[in-house]
Amino acid sequence: MNAARRAVAPGVAGVRERSIGWRVIAAKEVADHLLSTRFAVLLLLVALAAVGSVYAASGGIREIAERAQEAPSLFLQVFTAAPERVPSFLTLVGFLAPLLGVAFGFDAVNGERAQRTLPRLVAQPIRRDDVINGKFVGGLAVIVAVLTALTLIVAGLGIVRLGITPTADEAGRLLAWLVLTAVYVGFWLAFATLWSVVLRRAATSALVSISVWLVLTLFTGFLVGLVADAVAPVPDSPTVEEVLRNARVQQWLGRLSPAVLYEEATVVLLNPQIRTVGIVLPRQVDQAIPSPLPLDQSLLVVWPQIVGLAALCVVCFAAAYVLFMRQEIRA
Amino acid sequence: MEEPAVVTRGLTKRYGDLVAVDHLDLELHRGEIFGLLGPNGAGKTTTILMLLGLTEPTEGEARVLGLDPTRRPLEVKRRVGYVPDAVGFYDQMTGRQNLRFTARLNGLNGFAAEERIASLLEQVGLSDAADDPVETYSRGMRQRLGIADALVKDPEVLILDEPTVAIDPEGVAEVLELIRRVSRERGATVLLSSHLLHQVRTVCDRVGIFAAGRLVALGRVDELAARAGVAATTLEVAVDGDPARVEEALRALPGVRAVERDGRDPRRWVVAADGDPRPALVRALAERGLVLLHLERREEELDALYRRYFREAEPAGAGRGTR
Repeated sequence: MNAARRAVAPGVAGVRERSIGWRVIAAKEVADHLLSTRFAVLLLLVALAAVGSVYAASGGIREIAERAQEAPSLFLQVFTAAPERVPSFLTLVGFLAPLLGVAFGFDAVNGERAQRTLPRLVAQPIRRDDVINGKFVGGLAVIVAVLTALTLIVAGLGIVRLGITPTADEAGRLLAWLVLTAVYVGFWLAFATLWSVVLRRAATSALVSISVWLVLTLFTGFLVGLVADAVAPVPDSPTVEEVLRNARVQQWLGRLSPAVLYEEATVVLLNPQIRTVGIVLPRQVDQAIPSPLPLDQSLLVVWPQIVGLAALCVVCFAAAYVLFMRQEIRA
Repeated sequence: MEEPAVVTRGLTKRYGDLVAVDHLDLELHRGEIFGLLGPNGAGKTTTILMLLGLTEPTEGEARVLGLDPTRRPLEVKRRVGYVPDAVGFYDQMTGRQNLRFTARLNGLNGFAAEERIASLLEQVGLSDAADDPVETYSRGMRQRLGIADALVKDPEVLILDEPTVAIDPEGVAEVLELIRRVSRERGATVLLSSHLLHQVRTVCDRVGIFAAGRLVALGRVDELAARAGVAATTLEVAVDGDPARVEEALRALPGVRAVERDGRDPRRWVVAADGDPRPALVRALAERGLVLLHLERREEELDALYRRYFREAEPAGAGRGTR
């Protein structure tokens, strides 16, 4: 018994200086996720979608490439091209990433409550925030690992199918896009975690998160259109000003949705030709020489979107964190 | 004398208008087994959560091993093992994996941890089931795994919330025996809460009776019985021999309060006494040449004591002691 007590001692000193709890919890979460059925199902779904879209896209690109030798950043089109009704890799990730976030976060806290493991967990020598931090980090690590692996596989397939390698600029854009996607997934993970703190039943919190996801991804355009027409109506024979006003309201409202922010940022990051996410009139592009932007300029264009997404992610996580810290441990 | 393991002074917890714990003054000596008894909702779990720093007291203070759990919760939680009410585990993981996770959270790793986990599983009798998923465990096994889990950190104080609830009588006996052994072998102080007095009275050195957030009685079970005017022991005795001589022998026993004849059988008597007069009774009858046919201790007086303090009926089927 004394030997055991001595064995505890080094760990004890470590705990006092900085808490190791969140790392232990994150490690367990990663292990749990990797072995879970939900992970296997989602991985299969995402992988199938990705590989399918890449095959379709690379087939299309060959034709384009034959016609236009000088197409800018041909390689990135593996990710963005969408020929013949098959959605592009980007569209698929934009659609599925929230699902991944929700799937790994919806039962983070109420799952512990349902299993009655929460009181035992917080009675260990860890801080209470280690629980929620560890869960968030663990979930995010798994999703980011999956997305990184998929992106690399897609890039590899692209290299094989097209026979060209990415330039440094293209690789940088992919990396920037991965970071952006991690932030976006982090938002959904934090959002689902928030509901798992608020709601006692995992099924309810999953439903809430998924409904919000559906509303934001499927109905945003429709709802925004409705509101914009009410705020800035477009008469039968509109002036340019009226049409523009309506378009601006639509754009402004749409940017309240993280899905729209992500989409805008993605499009700009992976298409060097795109110079703005704002409204462009034909007279503004008239006579413009199409030339690709360098990566830092592209980043500058969508910096507000990126910061907005990061802020949403932080706000959601902070809300989950504060509520969890204030909650009573007993059910 | 060492400082007490647990001290509370005026410990109070309010949830809005509801007073869950009302000015609790309690002192637990090192190495003792203390039973916190009371009906559901009396404030036992709230008290325990305050002792662990998992809930902040509204008023008053607590000291666990000399530490304030509100200010230094990590240190307290490092030295106090806790088995919650209806303890839960990660069902997909095996018993051993669950304990390993707890060990890591306590900064225990590698070979030392594995060895310790194996020996704890052995102690609680779960070696054979150690590598089965916890979802296959019975309630009694989960409770024992809970105790092993709390012992991973080699605690100086062990707190068990309702350790005997919802397990079968055999499981109860095993769990209580385990608690007694832990206390004896490790010298750990044990605080256990229960609403079933008759189940835990055999292991508790002292008990505190808790009702509506207040401690209404504190002391040894027999002391409490004496103070409440309830005999500590009621014996059913059957003796072969002259009834007059039997009655005289029974009335001469130390601490006797009442001797009555059981109407159904002329040889049967009911004796109520403070303390436990059984050794004296056997000796007295033998000296007088009377033959003892039957001797049984009734458990009713404990229920009576319990009801007296709580003034509410025990749920039907809670049952008598199984001794």
